Amino acid sequence: MAWLTGLPLAVDLVLGTTLLWLAWRALSSPDLFQAVALFIAFGVILGLVWARLDTIDIALAEIALGAGVTGALLLAALSQLQPAEVDARAAPSATGANEHQAGQPGQTAETADADEAQHKPAVFRALLAAVMGLLLLAALFGLGLVTWQLWEPSSGLTQQVNTHLPESGVEHPVTAVLLNFRGYDTLLEIAVLLLALIGVWSLATASNLGDTTPEPVLAALSRLLAPLMILVAAYLVWVGAHAPGGAFQAGSVLGAAGVLLRLSGWRLPAGAAGWPLRLVLALGVAVFAFIGIAVIGLGEPLLGYPTAWAKHAILVIELAATLSIGAILASLFIGGRP
Amino acid sequence: MSSVLVLALTGAGLILLGLHALIVKVHLLRKILALNIISSGIFLLLAGLAARTPGGEPDPVPQAMVLTGIVVAVAATALALALLLALRSATGRTRLDDDNGQ
Repeated sequence: MAWLTGLPLAVDLVLGTTLLWLAWRALSSPDLFQAVALFIAFGVILGLVWARLDTIDIALAEIALGAGVTGALLLAALSQLQPAEVDARAAPSATGANEHQAGQPGQTAETADADEAQHKPAVFRALLAAVMGLLLLAALFGLGLVTWQLWEPSSGLTQQVNTHLPESGVEHPVTAVLLNFRGYDTLLEIAVLLLALIGVWSLATASNLGDTTPEPVLAALSRLLAPLMILVAAYLVWVGAHAPGGAFQAGSVLGAAGVLLRLSGWRLPAGAAGWPLRLVLALGVAVFAFIGIAVIGLGEPLLGYPTAWAKHAILVIELAATLSIGAILASLFIGGRP
Repeated sequence: MSSVLVLALTGAGLILLGLHALIVKVHLLRKILALNIISSGIFLLLAGLAARTPGGEPDPVPQAMVLTGIVVAVAATALALALLLALRSATGRTRLDDDNGQ
């Protein structure tokens, strides 16, 4: 059975090559829709790689967020880009800004990716490409060399985390780092999500809000799936205390449920789109910041929960964060202020 | 251990592929895809380095950093796509050519 020892390496070689190939095709295929589809496949394979690296937390988040929500966002944006670009070709010089694009017949914005900077002389372009290629190869060589030289067994911060794990209130080291030892990161991360949503809302208003009823088949299917996804999210929050899972994975599943409901035709009722929605969106940051600051009154540093209460504090923060993350992701997908 | 090295080096390759496309491609959606590929490469490199622990259990701190990074990358992608759509509706352009703005 000696040949079995080489099997893990072979699997990793295949996974690595597939990732590189998918990335290359996603970045070079002439059709944008194909590129987005390949990018989603890239996310799924990357999820498998995370599982190979024994980082199940990241695998969960990658498949729900990297492949799922990002893919849905890209496809939604593409569907809004596509019809107008066909129009620009069909009706030349409809607006002044479109003139250049419409002046080249048969060239849509997608197919034009191959010919960058046509107007420069060929020699100049070749020289530019050669210099850039050399620089990128040098960078690749440098990165590879650094990785190679760093490659000796090192326990990093595992020791410290394991020593302080009993004080953190949870038993799973990644959750302990996220919500206790490095609470700043997580608080600011939820704030970044909220900021991104404020940015998106300031750029557009959402269309198609209000009460409508989806088609019967989609309605029945989403009635089955949505409660199941909410159940999975609740399980992931609870299990995060002692196994892979937690607020971000659960929030991603909730957000994906929102995307699914939106795609199958459900709309947020007009009454819930006002302050109730905004309350849920801000809940995560508000609860996290409140608890983080309130512990100062107990003589602890900022975000340093007392050991006796840490478990409850983390659970409350995670529940609020899950709701907010799910709502923010679904609102990002809707893509405008209601 | 060497199979983790293969995946970390794949991460380095992804960073370079994305960087190349970010510079060369003119369509903005393609640039957003390239940014996402770069961030995936960085996460892979970081998680690969986290897996050097002798015991076999990966270091939890880089894992938490990668988790944070994935969520921030999604938020940044959503904002970038909204900016792209706003640019399209304001100027009709979706690409960054040298000669398109004249």
